[in-house]
Amino acid sequence: MNLALSDLTDNGGLFLRGAALTIGLTMAAIVAGLVLGVLGAAGRRAQSRPVRWVAGAYVELIRNTPFIIQLFFIFFGLPRLGLRLGSMEAAFIAMSINLGGYATEIIRAGLDSIGKGSWEAGFSLGLTRWQTFRLVVLVPALQKVYPALTSQFIIILLGSSVVSQIAVEELTYVGSYIQSRNFRAFETTLVVAALYLLLAVGFQQMFAAVGRRVFAYAERQR
Amino acid sequence: MMEFTLWDIIRNLLLAGRWTVLLSLIAFVSGGLVAMVVTLARISHNRGASTAARAYISILQGTPLLVQLFLAFFGLALLGFNVPPLAAASLALTLYTSAFLAEIWRGAIEAVPKGQWEGAQSLALTRAQQMRFIILPQALRVGIAPTAGFSVQVVKGTALASIIGFVELTKAGTVIVNATFDAFRIYGLVALFYFALCYPLSLAAKALEQKMAAGQGH
Repeated sequence: MNLALSDLTDNGGLFLRGAALTIGLTMAAIVAGLVLGVLGAAGRRAQSRPVRWVAGAYVELIRNTPFIIQLFFIFFGLPRLGLRLGSMEAAFIAMSINLGGYATEIIRAGLDSIGKGSWEAGFSLGLTRWQTFRLVVLVPALQKVYPALTSQFIIILLGSSVVSQIAVEELTYVGSYIQSRNFRAFETTLVVAALYLLLAVGFQQMFAAVGRRVFAYAERQR
Repeated sequence: MMEFTLWDIIRNLLLAGRWTVLLSLIAFVSGGLVAMVVTLARISHNRGASTAARAYISILQGTPLLVQLFLAFFGLALLGFNVPPLAAASLALTLYTSAFLAEIWRGAIEAVPKGQWEGAQSLALTRAQQMRFIILPQALRVGIAPTAGFSVQVVKGTALASIIGFVELTKAGTVIVNATFDAFRIYGLVALFYFALCYPLSLAAKALEQKMAAGQGH
């Protein structure tokens, strides 16, 4: 083996740009996936049976098929229906829908852990079902499952490497591009792996800090 | 452009699906064997062993499976092998699976109350005997459902082996798409195939979870 990391330092700028896109895509997908997850969880607890069924089917379809097939279906398959997406849009949508499915199930578990009393308290204040959900129940439910949600965020961060396959120029794509020019496939991929590890650790720290801030009110109450 | 009937497509996907199943079995079985060693190291009182196991798990859980596949593929090639994609995919998926299973099993073992260890110790059992006769039977109840659940991740993970050129379900789908340009129908079918493989596993995991939870009450 001929490890020559010096070749790689020349490509620092490319790696940085790739990593920046990985971070950006992941953050955007987390925001959209969380919204989908909250809506999905509300759907799974809706009073209307068709709504519950659709939300359930969404979760099962997402969780029981590989992300790469979801991505290919959206990017290569949907143009058949007249929906032509750029690779970046397709990657963002696939990641969001994928995270949304898992987040639905996680947030639903959080909602299940909130006692009836919270709902009744909301109703007794004259709030509607939706208002009670949004104003009374949702935040404590999210707090309960926040660790599970953040693990899922890390999974989508790492899963984003797959969007290199539709030529989104994120970290993994950049790695493939560099190795196609320097012919040091193993060393280049090692650097890519190390960068993902750094990103994963960084995201974990960031989520922990965000969690402390967002759920600070609960800490004060203790 | 070639003409494919629906039956041609389904037959080809079924044939390729056998490789998805085979690769999943290899990864799950050999991953489970490696995971036993890693779990024992992780809960060992030997600090070096447990630190090494912890690092092993963090690295494999903190990097993308796709990158691990590339590393296995390029790494084996560096050692001078002409790497068959099945070998590289098996290696990467085995390591990936072992890290996740080890973490699940560690959790299951730590869920057994400390008193059980102490009780076993007070019977003068060795640590191996404590593990074998007292702790493992109880940890098994806790660990079986999440282990079954993780098998779904393994099956889905095999789809990435298509990227290093292993012809399984996803790769077969891509080959047929390249011949027919009918991505909508074919990736839809491929998704159904994966669903047919994974959904029963998910249901089994859920049933096990409920059964084990019901058993906790008495």
